[in-house]
Amino acid sequence: MCAASIPVAGRDGLAVLDAEEIRRALTRIAHEILERTRGGDGVILLGIPTRGVPLARRLAARIGEFEGLEVPCGSLDVTMHRDDLRLHPARALGRTELPPGGVDGKTVVLVDDVLYSGRTVRAALDALNDLGRPRAVQLAVLVDRGHRELPIRADYVGKNLPTSQREVVHVLLAETDGQDSVTISDDGRLP
Amino acid sequence: MKRHLISAGDLSRADALLILDTAEELAHLADRPIKKLPTLRGRTVVNLFYEDSTRTRISFEAAAKRLSADVINFSAKGSSVAKGESLKDTALTLEAMGADAVVIRHGASGAAHRLAGWVQGSVLNAGDGTHEHPTQALLDAFTIRRRLKGTGARGAGLDGLRVTVVGDVLHSRVARSNVLLLSTLGAEVTLAAPPTLLPLAVGSWPCAVSYDLDSELPKSDVVMMLRVQQERMTAAYFPSVREYSRRYGLDAARMARLPGHAIVMHPGPMNRGVEIAAEVADSVRSTIVEQVANGVTTRMAVLYLLLGGMEFPATGVAR
Repeated sequence: MCAASIPVAGRDGLAVLDAEEIRRALTRIAHEILERTRGGDGVILLGIPTRGVPLARRLAARIGEFEGLEVPCGSLDVTMHRDDLRLHPARALGRTELPPGGVDGKTVVLVDDVLYSGRTVRAALDALNDLGRPRAVQLAVLVDRGHRELPIRADYVGKNLPTSQREVVHVLLAETDGQDSVTISDDGRLP
Repeated sequence: MKRHLISAGDLSRADALLILDTAEELAHLADRPIKKLPTLRGRTVVNLFYEDSTRTRISFEAAAKRLSADVINFSAKGSSVAKGESLKDTALTLEAMGADAVVIRHGASGAAHRLAGWVQGSVLNAGDGTHEHPTQALLDAFTIRRRLKGTGARGAGLDGLRVTVVGDVLHSRVARSNVLLLSTLGAEVTLAAPPTLLPLAVGSWPCAVSYDLDSELPKSDVVMMLRVQQERMTAAYFPSVREYSRRYGLDAARMARLPGHAIVMHPGPMNRGVEIAAEVADSVRSTIVEQVANGVTTRMAVLYLLLGGMEFPATGVAR
């Protein structure tokens, strides 16, 4: 019945979302954020480096277009809070930049490109804990590819993408990679 | 990155920039309500200090604690060293207690290098005799980059900057480490000192040498004053402190000859009135207090990069 939910063999290099579809997904998420937070009052968007940061900026711009509301936007680096640090050589740090006013009492929407094991989001919740006490924390992702290893769920999802754990999902964004696309591959190579 | 930090010369340009960029991100931690990260939880850092030190020991201790590592402080005074225990036996004791990193300050040049052959963990040289003090050079490079290139200078080196290092180069581990690191990062380093206070092999260092401070000042972006290390002086290197001060001390009149943007650095502790006048040390050009704050940040970056990731592959340890 639901053929799309079974990862199909031989979809190496398949484009899952093109630029136009990414734009529509972000537009929908921006509307959903406004709806769920009753007009976006007290909302701040925090992108998780690298690609969550431009996504958060795009969402803030959309919300500004729709409601004329300036939503504060920043970034939250989670490297120092990761649970897999000891599995790799030490990584370079990303930037944490909070909007003036901080996170205290705000509704923080974390923004990332792909939701997979949930470990990055767990690290982000820990990192956020050291920065203040938000009123609520929500999660927006462009792609949810399943295979959660922690009890974490996204509030806003651009596309639910059933995958096999062997597959790799690549998100490319104009700000960081010169083009907008989401593709899937078997061996980690970009098509 | 290598497993140990023994010499500033071991750092490639990419390593040095990774440390400075990491420090730049960690510097924001000072503005936050909770100045602590969980990254090194459960790891042990031993501060092994055979020589007196205020800022370096406290700085390493603060850096390790901000990364949630456990810190054991060891100073030779009041320990079994006073009963004649050798460096090697002390090192093996620390190893048995499970030290993941040993920060060592020792009066003998090469002590950190020797120690690295005896222990499994990382060795960080916090000053060995008159040899090297690499984390001081890193914090100096970080201070120079922040002041002269701004806080957004991620990935930038110190290319084209002229740094003049003045004074007791002969006894200074800070000078050697700075010459090696700053030249790796692209700065042009000039040593200005009396001939008696320059090491014999200075010709092989990647820097220029001058005996005349006054001619170097107008073209310097950075002036780094060194402490006259009277405790290490076993002979008469200059006729009198007063004469040294007149020729190589930085007073207000000399500071006025610097370009408008130039900064004045000193690794501390200062001899006010000898190598640096009080009015210079307390002026807006002086980065002396900033250097202390940047020291904690830079050492956090080094500890994170050496201890935060995967363990380095085990090497054969000579017993």
